[in-house]
Amino acid sequence: MENSNTAIKGQGRGAAKEETLLRGIPGSPGICVGQAHLLDRGLSGAVRKYSLAQEQVQGEVNRFKQAVKRAEMELVRLVKQAPEELRAQTYIFEAHSALLRDKSFYGKIIETILAERVNVEWALKKTVDQITRVFSKIEDEYLRERAADVGHVQEMVLRALLGAENERLGGIAKRSILVAGDLSPAETSQLQLDHVMGIALDRGGRASHTTIIARTLQVPAVMGLGEATRLVRDDDLLILDGTRGLLILNPREETLERYGLLKHRFEAAQARMAREGRLPALTRDGLAVSIKGNIEVLEDVVQVMDRGGDGIGLYRTEFLYMRRDSLPTEEELYDNYKQILELIAPMPVTIRTLDLGGDKVAHGIRASGAENPALGLRAIRLCLMEPEILKTQLAAIYRAAVHGNARILYPMISGLEELDQIDRVSLEVQERLSKENIPYNAQIETGIMVEVPSAAVLADLFAERVRFFSLGTNDLVQYTLAVDRNDQEVAHLFQHLHPAVARLLKNVADAGKAAGIGLAMCGEMAGDPQCVPLLLGLGYFDLSMNPQMIPVVKSMVREMDLPGCEAIAQDILRLKTSFEIQRYIKEALGDVLERVFPNGGNGGPDNGDGNVKP
Amino acid sequence: MPGNPPAMPLERRLTIINTLGLHARCAVLVAEAAKRAEGPVLIRARGQEVDAASVLDILTLAAGKGDSITVHIKKNSDEPVLLEIAALVENGFGEQ
Repeated sequence: MENSNTAIKGQGRGAAKEETLLRGIPGSPGICVGQAHLLDRGLSGAVRKYSLAQEQVQGEVNRFKQAVKRAEMELVRLVKQAPEELRAQTYIFEAHSALLRDKSFYGKIIETILAERVNVEWALKKTVDQITRVFSKIEDEYLRERAADVGHVQEMVLRALLGAENERLGGIAKRSILVAGDLSPAETSQLQLDHVMGIALDRGGRASHTTIIARTLQVPAVMGLGEATRLVRDDDLLILDGTRGLLILNPREETLERYGLLKHRFEAAQARMAREGRLPALTRDGLAVSIKGNIEVLEDVVQVMDRGGDGIGLYRTEFLYMRRDSLPTEEELYDNYKQILELIAPMPVTIRTLDLGGDKVAHGIRASGAENPALGLRAIRLCLMEPEILKTQLAAIYRAAVHGNARILYPMISGLEELDQIDRVSLEVQERLSKENIPYNAQIETGIMVEVPSAAVLADLFAERVRFFSLGTNDLVQYTLAVDRNDQEVAHLFQHLHPAVARLLKNVADAGKAAGIGLAMCGEMAGDPQCVPLLLGLGYFDLSMNPQMIPVVKSMVREMDLPGCEAIAQDILRLKTSFEIQRYIKEALGDVLERVFPNGGNGGPDNGDGNVKP
Repeated sequence: MPGNPPAMPLERRLTIINTLGLHARCAVLVAEAAKRAEGPVLIRARGQEVDAASVLDILTLAAGKGDSITVHIKKNSDEPVLLEIAALVENGFGEQ
């Protein structure tokens, strides 16, 4: 941890202030520099327990009911006064309203007052603590963070009990960066944006409602800082980097200069992306490169379209098989594929057949108990072992292909025999569909993921059998370098800019070009801007990536020309270590990369944006 | 069999299709519908059963996209409520 909080410990407030870096969670992207405005703690920390006499109990219940009524009125007011851009988010206040009257909240609190003869504040605290405990056990990040909403409702009731209005935000007199333990969505929505430049919170996470609102309002925010309120004092100078999730306290002159530049670049890059995102990705010498998105669920299609993607280069179809008790039916799959194809038509969608097994397991599919799941029964191996699974999926894809531009991609192919087996299954499916008079289209392009080294080595043989290759660089790198990147001890060896990987990519590209088939890439390498010249130089003109990276890679392509890329690829193929390749790229492309992708991506405008849910 | 009313399905098994799962906004819509029922409306998911009229209870189910839930009613007359909840879930709560 680089967290150098110790810097100011023990120095007291009068001592010369040292720069201190606090790491949190990126909440809402953007950079701001300004003075701190500390908000006082919420009320819930100071609640005490009082016992009541029997005759006081009913009065206490009434006090609670009135407080809830006041809190409700406050929420109604918030919904009415919500600024235009927050309209879509007012459901948060409606949810808080519903929580107020929820039987597990409202009913429980009244029950507690009556049964234990305690004050409202205590009954409130006890109930909320219980609810929070239940929530803390939820695995799903988004739902787990709903515990914070219960806490916010608690604060609202406490304020109503004490007759305190939303005073916390009233005293912000000048433009500053808000530092607080937590901020409720209600408070966030009422921020005076001409006074608040950014938000730094001790609590909260990527999926908290406050984060959602900050993002909607485009206020830079960092959450989960842990002890910002303890370390920061009013009027301290702060740099808030919402993109990387950093808060820098008492920055040095150099840091301020660096961030001034970053802020400028961030804003310039953001403006340019907004302008150019939808234009095609043409190199300087006019080569059109297809920049597509990888998706996991139907909803992701919208993200790809919004960012100007040229289609779906990888639809991972596992989602429909996971978190359920049985396998999906052909109809379910057909509906899903058809919707995606229709949504993005006439642009193409490459549907990868099921890549389950190994570490990803679904119900109805037997789990591999193997010690080495990455090398075990998974993906196409599993589908050929249980051909019914593949038959159902192929039938659904062929039927959906009537409605749009579909391509099929088989994962984890390692030998030609697998293609023979697939052909047999495919024929069976086609015969059945024909016999049942169901419309289908099996004349669609079929390709393989090149992700097992054997397939990369035998690329010339595979090229005679398929219409396209799609390079899955994550697995290809893992298998080629024998590195499991989830294993902390060796993860640093996982490196796609490795000479062995570069040579394999060249071998596959040469085989593909010789046979005249399509060359695509859908691994993480395709979305890494520093790899763009190497990939274009080798002949990969069809790149598919995380939707967030589409505008960045497009910008990178526009800075390139093909002869230059070919020269770079030649140079890289001569280098002996990944360190040499890294250094070469930094020297050859450092300036372009800084311009296109400020700060190695950490200043990228689209970073930290996107879906709230991981 | 004369005199015997046709057996009404008192429960519906549904699959959550919206990306965020049964989150706050959806839970509010379900609870609003459930409150209109005369008898209890229960939701079962992931081995738990909760009162559909409570937003908090629904949230603690942590039902995510792709999960299946079973909604059931105790009184035949609450069938419109069951259908209403089923429609909400099946339409992904009107979300993208």
